[in-house]
Amino acid sequence: MISQIVSAVGVVIAGVFACALYYWLSDKLLQIVFPVPKENVRAASINLNRRAVVRPWLFMGPALILLGVYLVYPVVATFILSFYDRGGVNFVGLANYRWAIFDGQFRQSIFNNILWLAVVPAACTFFGLVIAVLTDRIWWGNIAKSLVFMPMAISFVGASVIWKFVYEYRGGNETQIGLLNAIVQSFGGDPQVWISMPFWNNFFLMVILIWIQTGFAMVILSAALRGIPEETIEAAVIDGANGWQIFWKIMVPQIWGTIAVVWTTITILVLKVFDIVLTMTNGQWSTMVLANLMFDWMFRGGGDSGRSAVIALVIMAAVTPIMIWNIRQANKEMGGH
Amino acid sequence: MNAAASLRRIGLPRLVVHLSVLLICIIWLIPTLGILVTSFRDPAQITSSGWWTAFTSASQTTASRLADPSAARQEGSNYVISGSVFEEGQGGTVRAFGTRVAAPAEFEAGQPADLGDGETLTVNGDGSYTYTKNGPFEGERGRRVYLQVATPPTFTTQNYNTVLTSQGIGQAFVNSLTVAIPSTIIPILIAAFAAYALSWMEFPGRALIIAMVVGLIVVPLQMSLIPLLRMYNEIGAFFGVPSRSYAGIWLAHSAFGMPLAIYLLRNYIAGLPKEIIESARVDGASDFEIFVKIILPLSFPALASFSIFQFLWTWNDLLVAMVFLGTNREQLVLTGALNALLGSMGGRWEILTASAFISILVPLLVFFGLQRYLVRGLLAGSVKGG
Repeated sequence: MISQIVSAVGVVIAGVFACALYYWLSDKLLQIVFPVPKENVRAASINLNRRAVVRPWLFMGPALILLGVYLVYPVVATFILSFYDRGGVNFVGLANYRWAIFDGQFRQSIFNNILWLAVVPAACTFFGLVIAVLTDRIWWGNIAKSLVFMPMAISFVGASVIWKFVYEYRGGNETQIGLLNAIVQSFGGDPQVWISMPFWNNFFLMVILIWIQTGFAMVILSAALRGIPEETIEAAVIDGANGWQIFWKIMVPQIWGTIAVVWTTITILVLKVFDIVLTMTNGQWSTMVLANLMFDWMFRGGGDSGRSAVIALVIMAAVTPIMIWNIRQANKEMGGH
Repeated sequence: MNAAASLRRIGLPRLVVHLSVLLICIIWLIPTLGILVTSFRDPAQITSSGWWTAFTSASQTTASRLADPSAARQEGSNYVISGSVFEEGQGGTVRAFGTRVAAPAEFEAGQPADLGDGETLTVNGDGSYTYTKNGPFEGERGRRVYLQVATPPTFTTQNYNTVLTSQGIGQAFVNSLTVAIPSTIIPILIAAFAAYALSWMEFPGRALIIAMVVGLIVVPLQMSLIPLLRMYNEIGAFFGVPSRSYAGIWLAHSAFGMPLAIYLLRNYIAGLPKEIIESARVDGASDFEIFVKIILPLSFPALASFSIFQFLWTWNDLLVAMVFLGTNREQLVLTGALNALLGSMGGRWEILTASAFISILVPLLVFFGLQRYLVRGLLAGSVKGG
């Protein structure tokens, strides 16, 4: 165990050293290949220009290679694999897509993903906004924010254990040790097996993600609320607006951009939701979502890369509009540079 | 005065705000508190009562039998049986007792109970009892009594001992560290150099690369898994090495974190004052020197933000670890181990809660220690979805 840690730390040191060496050597190499002679001003300026042309690519080289191998190439390869059979050898045309359209589990996953998309981003943004507004108005607001923000640090798997315990059901006459069933019982209801109730169990899984992500929405929206110019609110107060009107008519419209960012960020996260479903139900009791179905097909019966690729492409297609929007926003912001 | 402060003058009554925030805090904290408390409880108590009762004495209804009538002593005109309702080694405090199963807590402990027929029974808190009758006791067997016994809360660290040693959580903890530390540090330097080039060097195609980086931030991991898994298997087979290794996952995590790292660092580095960099150039410093001596120290806040993100993300990740490191017991990270335990130890909450708490302990420490940088990073790069 100790030797494993030592070797990990060794990798860190060696890795950092190797990176530093690469950049240092590439810089030196540039100076040797394109010398800048003092006596020949013309040659010097030509070589200085050449250095300036090559240098950015040396600096970006390792990053571009990593991005290329791990992100750009796979996107293309996944697209191509979706037209091949399970082993990725024989071309099968659109057979995998046809399979997906008629596969019950695939449809179920699409349905559940839409359900998640409809509920989770809206709920997180709404709760985040409400909590941001409320906590900004009290002296211990920062402590409260910390507590709501805390689940962000917890892994989806850890959160699943936490909530599985809340949803715990015990049969027969045993004492209910799950909080939810104990509450239901104290109000005179019957304990339920929450995570195996078809349809509704999706919402019990969503609660976990909402619990985790509301803190994120709250932090971003709280910063945006603080950026609202004072005068607009003063003016509304003078005009006799009440708190409710100020919130909906003055504050919310001014932070639409931020709300959109929060919404889309959580939307992307929801599309990729995997850990929670895997650990809570593993897709049983009709809770399957696309990411889990894709993972399932990657390994099911030795793996089917064609079908798996089709499912991945559906997720990618859903993300693409947001991706384009992000790129446009970034380009707009960089107009000045 | 800020926006929130002016709302305060006219808004809802303060008390309602305080109470709602308090309620929200409780709702948000309680699930985590549940596993923390449970992880320190005795396994028998976990299954017999909810964790929210852990700090009050657990109240249980049990049955016991008094001594046989043959044990009765005669005291004047009365016959008396005495002893303890507790078995050897059993402990607790008797709160109440009764003689009928329908009313197991009919009488208060310590008070003599008139059972009719000239019989009186007193059960004291410590379990000792006196059973008196104004005539000889009849029957063969001792009388059955029902007790409401309060057992004092007991807390133990035994669960942690168990999971760390015999459930493989100790090894998984080390594995998680082995994955997370290099995966956090290695990408930083690579990304920082790229970010510097993208901020302070002019070259054709720069805008295109920035657009590509922004686009790649949201590309779902799922798109990468199949081709990379095939590639890893081929490389493994070609060189005769295992296809699932730490080196493989370090590179994968570094690459998956790269777009966000470049984006965050570029935003920050591009915003550094132009004068500093230009005066260094005039003084004849090379780009490498400028980067090491000026850019790196000045971008510390951005570097810290990104490393916290990347550490939390690699520590909490399950999918990448399952695909690139496999589910072998020796190489299982904490999230993977927890997932395996959920399958094999479902219902053994002392094991699950202790393991879960160990797995969330490090991220929570990082979170509370470095929250400032985390928030800053979120605000700077809120385009990636985790």
